[in-house]
This record gives sequence, C-alpha cells and structure tokens, in this order.
Amino acid sequence: MRKLINDPAEVVADALRGLAAAHPELRVDADAGIVVRRDAPRPGKVGLVSGGGSGHEPLHVGFVGPGMLDAACPGEVFTSPVPDQITAATTAVDGGAGVLHIVKNYTGDVLNFELAAELAADEDVEVAAVLVDDDVAVHDSTHTAGRRGTGGTVFVEKIAGALAEEGADLAKVAAVGREVNERTRSFGVALSPCTVPTAGRPTFELGPDEMELGIGIHGEPGRERVPAGTATEIVAAALEAIDADMPLRGERLLVLVNGMGGTPLIEQYVAFGAVSAWLADHGAVVARSLVGGYVTSLEMAGVMVSVCRLTPELTRLWDAPVQTPALRWGR
Amino acid sequence: MNAADLTAWIRRAAELVTADAERLTALDAAIGDGDHGHNLARGLTAAADALAELPADASPQQVLSTAGRVLVSKTGGASGALYGMALRRAGTALKVDEIDARWLGAALREALAGIRNLGKAEEGDKTMVDAFAKAVAAYDAARHRGTDLAGAARAAASAAEEGAQATVPMQARKGRASYLGPRSIGHLDPGAASTALIFRALADVTGGEG
Repeated sequence: MRKLINDPAEVVADALRGLAAAHPELRVDADAGIVVRRDAPRPGKVGLVSGGGSGHEPLHVGFVGPGMLDAACPGEVFTSPVPDQITAATTAVDGGAGVLHIVKNYTGDVLNFELAAELAADEDVEVAAVLVDDDVAVHDSTHTAGRRGTGGTVFVEKIAGALAEEGADLAKVAAVGREVNERTRSFGVALSPCTVPTAGRPTFELGPDEMELGIGIHGEPGRERVPAGTATEIVAAALEAIDADMPLRGERLLVLVNGMGGTPLIEQYVAFGAVSAWLADHGAVVARSLVGGYVTSLEMAGVMVSVCRLTPELTRLWDAPVQTPALRWGR
Repeated sequence: MNAADLTAWIRRAAELVTADAERLTALDAAIGDGDHGHNLARGLTAAADALAELPADASPQQVLSTAGRVLVSKTGGASGALYGMALRRAGTALKVDEIDARWLGAALREALAGIRNLGKAEEGDKTMVDAFAKAVAAYDAARHRGTDLAGAARAAASAAEEGAQATVPMQARKGRASYLGPRSIGHLDPGAASTALIFRALADVTGGEG
C-alpha cells in the first residue's frame, strides 16, 4: 500500500499542521498534539475533551468546534495520547465549570485519561468521564477488557457537546453522554486490513473472498472470519448482532453507516439502503441518519453500523447547531 | 548497584527493545494493533536520553522517577502508562544510594504492584504481568537461597522469558488481545515479551559473566 506521507514518524504532526492550515478557527499545537477551539475556554461552559489514537480521522480532531468538542488530543497512530497532552487540553478548555473527558473503552485510553484526570485535579480542575463502549462484537465482558468504543463515539460527542453549549452543568452533560452510550450499539465489518505507517505492513491478512466480522477500529482482527457476502448480507449480520443485544423493534433510531476509510461513499450508500430496508422489515424507524467516514481505521475497507435509540430530547440535541471541520449544520 | 547502574539498565533496555522492535510489533500485529515495539523503543530511548541529562549526583529514586515520568509521557498506549508507573513506584521504594539485593527486590515488587494496580491484570490473563510476576518471584527465591544481586537478576531474566513463553497457550482476558477471544491462543503476548527484554537488560548490566 503506497502512502501519501513524508516520514512515517511524522505523520501525526504533519497532518495536524495541515489541519491548522485548513482550519484557522482551530488552535492547533502540532508538536504537543492538542487541538482546541479558538474561543476556549468559555467562562461557565463545561469543556469537552476527547482523544485517542490517530488514524480514525475525522475522529476526534474533526469534531472540535462550537456544539461539539472543545479540545481533542490525538496520540500516535492507533496509540492513546499521553497524560501530559490530555492534562494540557483539559486545563486549556476549563472555563470554571469543569471538564468532561469522553473516553473510548480501550485499555491504553482508559489508563492515560485516568492519569490525566488525577493531574488535572491537582490543578483544581473538576473532571468527569464518560466511557464509550458501544461495540456489540465483544461478548463476554468478564473475560475481556470490555466492549470497545467505536462509531457511537460520534453520537456521544455531538449530543453531549450540544447540551454543554446550552450551558448545562458538568453532571448533566456527563449524564447525557452516558445515556447516549447506553442507548447506542455498533458492529463493524472489514473487507480489507490497514497498514500503520511506522509498521509498513498490513495489520492482518485477509483472503480475496474473506471478511472479518466484529472488528474494532485499530486494524485489529474481528471476532470471526467468514466468506465475503453481499452488502445486504453484511448489513444483516451487523444489525442482527445489534438487535440481539438491544432490540430495535418500535424504536426511533439515529443511524450511522460509517465507512472504515477504504470503502467509497457509493458503497456506503448501498449499505445504508440495505440498513434502511432491514430496519423497516423489523419495525424500526430511521429518524435521523448519517452516512460517511466518521470513525475510520486508516485505509481499511468495510463499514460499521451504529444505532442510537432516540428520545425527543436526544433528537433535539442531535439537531442542535454544530460547527466543526467534519460535522456542521444548523447555522 | 547505584544510580549509574540504573541509568545503564534503562539504556540497555532501550537498546534491546529497539533491536527487537520489529519482532515486538509483529507479535502485537497478531493479537493487538501492531505498534508495541516502535512505541516502547521510542519511550525507552527518550527515557535514557533524559537520564543522560541528570546531574551526576542524582539519586536512584530520581533516576527511576525521571525514567518513569518520561516513559509515561513519550510512549503512549497502555504499555507507556504501565511501565512508567512501574518505574515511578520502584523509584519511591529506593531510599538509598547503594542498592543491595534486598533493596532491588523491594523496588521490583513495588513495580509489579504498580502494574497490577493500574492495569488490574492477574497472572494468567496473558499480559506483561505473566512475565513480570514470574521474574519477581524468581528474584526473591534466588535471593532467599543466598544468591547475590547479579545471580538473582539472572534468575529473574530467565523466569521472565519463561513467563513470556507461557503466555502462548493462554486466552487473553485483558488488553486489546482479549477482543479476539479464543483466537488470541497460540500467540506470544507482546507486553510479556517486552518485559522479558527489560529483565534481560537488568541481568546484562548487573551480571557481567554468567
């Protein structure tokens, strides 16, 4: 796989310099690995900070701006950010109302955000955390590190960000973030692996007629390797896994068909058509939808389906104005 | 053993992990996300570089807490946090300038406690704890038999390697490999493999001839 890079070791910093050049409304420190919305800290507003390994763009740096995140801290590719970075982002966005950390449930992310929260507490910043673990592909949580944070992270960041923008306090913003996570499930399928720039070779091998069911977002293999299927079959496998865990019948849903990075938008819309038909057949309503690569794994081909069971309040917060590089509407 | 030996240990660990970065990364690609070797090589090298800048009269505690702090801030991932906290905890246990076998044992036990406390992993979970706990137990057993520091460190290095190899048939219950369930069986855990290198580095700088 040929890559459009200069130096494998400089990919993250080079990309952040590009982000800064393209988005003057963001404050980007490419060397420290911190992206902050320009008007932060906003007095009295809860600050939202998220972060994780790079390679998932636009997550998280593309979601910094009014109505969503106040700051993001990208780590190396597929590697969690470090505590210093998270602490610096946290203090940079604290407007006196506290800071919410939105953390995807991966061991490295959890450990580093925990250490950062301790450091921030030393500087008298109140920090709460929401752990995102929406991935239904991981089964038995007592025998694993627990479910992973995947596509549902977009819902948590958007909806919690909207409530924070309205001036809600830290407890309320954290509560809505947890509510979204509890009402959200995701399942991903890979049609090809991806290549971490510093590693230079694919993270796993996949035959031409095979696919991986139940992937995470770091190029890790999934829970099962099966013969490749049609878009309709792939989508059905994802939705059946979700529906078995969280029944969808009778629900009004926010649905994301998320491209993993290497699957073109035309195929994502093929998938969305199949999702829509499957849900109609199973008595669920698509109330809001999003199609595109929002939580990617470098150039991995495949899709992830994420669904959130909406309430009127969550729908209102999803519809609220947002102005970030990757999501913008309502203004 | 003194502060300079501890600095030599971190430098040697950086060399061994850098030399083996490809292998560690390949192990990680099999059951994780394929970045362990390069990340840890970067972190340990940064730690060794930071130690070179310390004043000549830095204490063992300063050496290990500095190495730990740099490892946490330069490595990333779970391994940076875990190894960094381990070194910081080990540093706080070292309250002397001249480290005998007993003091080193106390520091290693404290490092293991730090890893267990932060990572919540136990032996058998297919993590660095499987190598680390075996190494610490072997060190203590050797010391109780009257073996000197160098001999105990060699025993720890052998036990760490055995502990790492013992992860091959295990099914992972912690960390990213746990997502694979039974498919994690048959692979050497990369964290246990890097722990074995770190203990080999300790034996290298304390032992001389074996």
